[in-house]
Amino acid sequence: MRVYQQRGGWIIIATFLAAFVLTAMPVPEWAASWRPTWVALVLVYWCMELPERVGIGVGWTLGLLLDALTGALLGQHALAMSVTAYLAVKTRCQIRVFATVQQVLVISLLLASYLLMMLFVKAMSGIPPQDWVYAAPVLSGALVWPWLFALLKKVRRRAHVS
Amino acid sequence: MNAKLAVGVLLALALMTLDHRSGHLESARAALSVVVYPIQYLVNFPVKASAWVKDSLRTRGALLNQNARLREQNLLLRTQSQKFAALRAENTRLRELLESSLEKGERVLVADLLAVELEPSAHQVVLNKGSKQGVYMGQPVVDAHGIMGQVIHVGPFSSTGLLITDVSHAPPVQVNRNGVRAIAAGTGILDQLLLSYVSVNADIRKGDLLVSSGLGGRFPGGYPVGEVTKVVTNPGESFAKVLATPSARVAEAREVLLVWPKGLPSDLAQHARFPSVAAR
Repeated sequence: MRVYQQRGGWIIIATFLAAFVLTAMPVPEWAASWRPTWVALVLVYWCMELPERVGIGVGWTLGLLLDALTGALLGQHALAMSVTAYLAVKTRCQIRVFATVQQVLVISLLLASYLLMMLFVKAMSGIPPQDWVYAAPVLSGALVWPWLFALLKKVRRRAHVS
Repeated sequence: MNAKLAVGVLLALALMTLDHRSGHLESARAALSVVVYPIQYLVNFPVKASAWVKDSLRTRGALLNQNARLREQNLLLRTQSQKFAALRAENTRLRELLESSLEKGERVLVADLLAVELEPSAHQVVLNKGSKQGVYMGQPVVDAHGIMGQVIHVGPFSSTGLLITDVSHAPPVQVNRNGVRAIAAGTGILDQLLLSYVSVNADIRKGDLLVSSGLGGRFPGGYPVGEVTKVVTNPGESFAKVLATPSARVAEAREVLLVWPKGLPSDLAQHARFPSVAAR
């Protein structure tokens, strides 16, 4: 039996939906490799704020959907997302009290591990990325994080998601 | 939580192995494609809507102009196709004389590309036609200028196409001028194909048109694949380096044609492992 009433599930779904749309949205070719890993970023946020609702299971499922959406090997994003969710839940107490600069550093580490796992899978399946621009989402993700964090926080407060 | 992570990781690893080693997960992928299709549709919608708005805001003058141009083009194409009909009749007659098999017509279906981004490193596209319209695995995808790729995943309402420029794609081709055969492998660059294993003394020149050879049974023979742009022969090496640009407008196509080759029923073509002899 649940003691706390869970509220605002649709807000969580809506933010993930927006992240999926941003992931699939067409952008100019030069910007495509700089696209932040939106779904992973939003996942990290919710894992930090509501670890009892959004965790490894949600990360895994979203990862599988990402695989289907992006045409990757089934399980590739699921692996990376579930590990990212785990790390985010583990480090959430630190991240939440960190100053912005420290937060950004930790987030870029998370993103780097996310991309590294995907890199392993890609290299194993025989299509390794050719150049360093593969790591670009770490930088762009770190850059958008403070804004994304503030925005999601505002949305969460406004909708009383708890 | 550690146990949960372990289960998730193991499950993901198992899925990846299954998906990579064997094609047993196609039905799972088809089911997932139904779930993500609304997202893809949503992403595609603004692109479609802006095109619609642009169309409906055209002036009368512009439409009349376009109409005149299209009429002219139509006349031109019809004249050409008259010639084509005569040639086809002659071809059929000659084939009958040679008692060789008749080539049946090919059925085609127009599909829209959804404006959806996939993995930047993989060259794939999402088409708005799926198994409900009879699309099958391995089906050739062409545009007005040449072969674009083939279908690799089929969902009920949508399907995924692999472009010829993807690194994992390599259709058999031949030079239109003299019939020299080669394999046009994708390079991962949108305007480049690499002909693998071409011997140094092979007669391939810059400007040669490469057409699909029909060997391998996937693509119908005779469709343009690319044009040779560069031939580098180094006497010290056993193979020449031959580069080509794809004929199909791989980067900017919005509509493509799905082809059912040579009247093969789709379920038969799906299992076609034998090389098709019709295309020589």
